[in-house]
Amino acid sequence: MMFLAELFGEYWAPIQTVTWTLIKIVAIVLPLMVAVAYLTLAERKVIGYMQVRIGPNRVGYWGLLQPVADGLKLLFKEIILPTASNKGLFFLGPVLAIAPAFAAWAVVPFDATMVLADIDAGLLYILAMTSVAVYGVIIAGWASNSKYAFLGSLRSAAQIVSYEIAMGFTLVGVLMCANSLNLGKIVLGQAGGFWHWYFVPLFPLFVVYFISAVAETNRAPFDVAEGESEIVAGFHVEYSGMAFAVFFLAEYANMILVSMLAALMFLGGWLSPVPFIPDSFLWLLAKVAFLLFLFLWFRATFPRYRYDQIMRLGWKIFIPITLVWIIFVGAMMQTSYGYLFH
Amino acid sequence: MVFTDIVFYTLAAILLFAGLRVITTRNPVHAALFLVLAFFTAAGIWLLLEAEFLGIALVLVYVGAVMVLFLFVVMMLDINVDKLREGFWEYLPMAGFIGVLMVVEMAMVLGGKYFSPTHAVTKPAGYSNTAELGSVLYTDYLLPFELASVVLLVAIVAAIVLTLRDRQDNKSMNPAEQVKVRKQDRLRIVSMAAEVEQPIAESVAIDTPAEGKQ
Repeated sequence: MMFLAELFGEYWAPIQTVTWTLIKIVAIVLPLMVAVAYLTLAERKVIGYMQVRIGPNRVGYWGLLQPVADGLKLLFKEIILPTASNKGLFFLGPVLAIAPAFAAWAVVPFDATMVLADIDAGLLYILAMTSVAVYGVIIAGWASNSKYAFLGSLRSAAQIVSYEIAMGFTLVGVLMCANSLNLGKIVLGQAGGFWHWYFVPLFPLFVVYFISAVAETNRAPFDVAEGESEIVAGFHVEYSGMAFAVFFLAEYANMILVSMLAALMFLGGWLSPVPFIPDSFLWLLAKVAFLLFLFLWFRATFPRYRYDQIMRLGWKIFIPITLVWIIFVGAMMQTSYGYLFH
Repeated sequence: MVFTDIVFYTLAAILLFAGLRVITTRNPVHAALFLVLAFFTAAGIWLLLEAEFLGIALVLVYVGAVMVLFLFVVMMLDINVDKLREGFWEYLPMAGFIGVLMVVEMAMVLGGKYFSPTHAVTKPAGYSNTAELGSVLYTDYLLPFELASVVLLVAIVAAIVLTLRDRQDNKSMNPAEQVKVRKQDRLRIVSMAAEVEQPIAESVAIDTPAEGKQ
């Protein structure tokens, strides 16, 4: 090590920082990829049991190797490039879909000390990254040069931009309570038992956040972007093989991300629900797993929304609810009951 | 040269390239996407200047919302590139004049004594410029800030009023009325006496083989 330090001179410190950061990034992304793979299996199993089926059970014990088999199959499939497509952008689409889904994890704290980048504007950074995710869908839809793909991407873009507003307002409520944009400090502001978690004073915002999260990730019942009974498969209709798989992975990575954010901001993150049980990373995992189960449950339960009803729900119901509740929280903070909102 | 310098020059090179491609590329969708890239790298440069709120807000507002709607429109337009290039020489003197004016202004800003690098102040690690901006906006600059928001609100309302026309051939439905519909509004349950069908099966059985013989 000393030899290397002398060799690189003043560049040694930055090189060390970059190397350590890269190792940490791999330590976050690898488990995330595994989680994404097994979320697909969990989805098929959960929906299977909800529909009184068994779900995948042929590959490995209890179907546990099914995601590996699916991944291998998609890897070996041919990626078909439509003749009339825009070649560069056609391949840029999947990349832009998955990159923000992973980049947002940089500021997510897993524990009081385990975080890649402990920045003050963490919440803003996450909002910025999730708002970039829409480009993957738009570019994929346009570059495919297909009507179904384009319609799907237009639907998706309008939907994501609309629900981002409601989602942003719910986060305003959280940062009013926490008095910080740092995700770690937001979690620590909820210390002292589950009745201190922000979902209690901000219950309407919690509900709006989670439904908007389902809409943001284009999941059922808001999956009109790929509504297969109307526009075949929406924006990724022209994609095959691994290019399609990347869109698939991005969708599931986004689901885990929004569930993680809901757990951190409304359900106390890694804090335990009662003071006499120690806080642990496992609590965070349990909360995220529960929220992900809700995603799967929704998909098995609700029929798809019609597009104009989605827009009505976002603009005419969610945004007014969040606005009213933010004003209510702000007003209550000025009264003697303000301690309830901290 | 320190590490941040390398990052700065990389970002600056990408920014210049993207800016140049915005005006030289033929496809308007590509131009819009290069503009997105330019915004993104500009946000990176602002982060280097420790203006993290502005940098992230640039990505959030311009990249995440404005350019999405921009792309939305550009993708649906059928733009004739040749027609766009008509009158290039006609507009050149005016465009050149404005370009030179902007270069001179930037040179004055960069070369002036108020913007020399010695004025750059490095803040301590715990400094949050989001909180600082918020407290300044809502105390010292409350009136200008509120005025700006009112102007924006008026612009939003005006844009909607100017473009919203109630078309006569509009077949759109009102979802609010639709979700309020109850069973009684659509469905009428009539009680009827049970009808007993006449036994016609025998006549059919006789007719069928007769047709078959022909």
